[in-house]
Amino acid sequence: MNVIEKIPTSKRGHVTFLVAFGAAIVLAYRINGWVWNHLLYNVFGMSPTSRLTETIHFFFFDSVKIGLLLIGIIFTVTILRSYMSVERTRALLGGKRQGVGNVMAAGLGVITPFCSCSAVPAFIGFVAAGVPLGVTFSFLIASPLVNEIAVGMLFTLFGWQIAAIYIGAGLLIAIIAGWIIGRVKAERWVEPFVFETKLGGQIIDTTGGLTLEQRIQMGLEEVGSILKKIWPYLLVGIGLGAAIHGWAPADFFLKYAGKGNIFGVLIAVLIGIPLYSNAAGIMPMIQALHEKGLPMGTLLAFMMSVVALSMPEMILLRRVLKPQLLVVFVAVVGSGILIVGYLFNALIPN
Amino acid sequence: MIIKVLGPGCNNCKTLERVTKEAVAELGISATIEKVEDYGAIAGYGVMSTPALVIDEVVVTSGRVPTPAHLRELLTAAAK
Repeated sequence: MNVIEKIPTSKRGHVTFLVAFGAAIVLAYRINGWVWNHLLYNVFGMSPTSRLTETIHFFFFDSVKIGLLLIGIIFTVTILRSYMSVERTRALLGGKRQGVGNVMAAGLGVITPFCSCSAVPAFIGFVAAGVPLGVTFSFLIASPLVNEIAVGMLFTLFGWQIAAIYIGAGLLIAIIAGWIIGRVKAERWVEPFVFETKLGGQIIDTTGGLTLEQRIQMGLEEVGSILKKIWPYLLVGIGLGAAIHGWAPADFFLKYAGKGNIFGVLIAVLIGIPLYSNAAGIMPMIQALHEKGLPMGTLLAFMMSVVALSMPEMILLRRVLKPQLLVVFVAVVGSGILIVGYLFNALIPN
Repeated sequence: MIIKVLGPGCNNCKTLERVTKEAVAELGISATIEKVEDYGAIAGYGVMSTPALVIDEVVVTSGRVPTPAHLRELLTAAAK
């Protein structure tokens, strides 16, 4: 809180703050490698070629690198997204038909600030306001699947092509899955109380009219709250990444999950569905596995199944969806991810 | 004053309830604080992102936990 209350209040102060904040992150990111080299090799006199040193180096270097990336990306994304709101998205989607509606919903799902913990009230809000069920699903699928933080990290770690492929594939899955759910008349599998809910109250636009200062404040708060929530996942992920980097034999993963194994993508998705982490937490592992030669399609499929399909979300959604629709939802999204994985393994040279 | 904290029990919802109680105590406002966890009722307020705060049946914030300063402002404004 103390940091937040220290934000300058003048317009010029805001700009100075943003520039200084950005510069500090870029600088720290740049000198990160040098600092750990110097500390480990010169100060502690560890041998740069030993396996243990390499693992330790990977762990500390990556912790700082991923931490800095997350701070920068979460902050930027939160400020950009503060110009959108779920309420505005719903207004845009109201009265849209299947097809165009699905495309719009998937796109809006990406840019609307939305926490999957609000999936249920948002679902009720959309459906009760007359947004078609399939269109609602396109939104709900795209929102966690195409995660901006993941986009930012893929972009910095693997380049814009992989980031673009990830966005395109995620959007496509959300559009098609929503369209299919709209076609199978899934309304009969929605708990009836959803349709009976009367939307009362005034619609408040939670993000309209915020000052830049408030948006900066939101950005900093979001960085704090996300990091507080995910740091254990992050450390486990980086630890596993470091272990894989230093100790896993080069051909170990290739043998079981390389392109040669037809079931590689399937196994990755089946492992990913019950796992519950967020995109940022598994990124260090993705990076280490990629280094070991795992194909990008398999890795993207793994990441998508971890973020888009999770047990806690299913349990939440069960309040409004009957089991049949949950099964359809998992089946449709899961197959979409599988197809994407196999397709990209075939298309992307490693 | 009747204050309602709308949220199905996520972490942020608990935080909002706690900071609201603190702010009310600090300002010395007499208010009853209720928790609304029923999804139908939450949606009934037009709220789509939780946690949300309702003061005397008016939704004042939704989707995030307001800062203590902002919360005090909202409460004093509503108390007048």
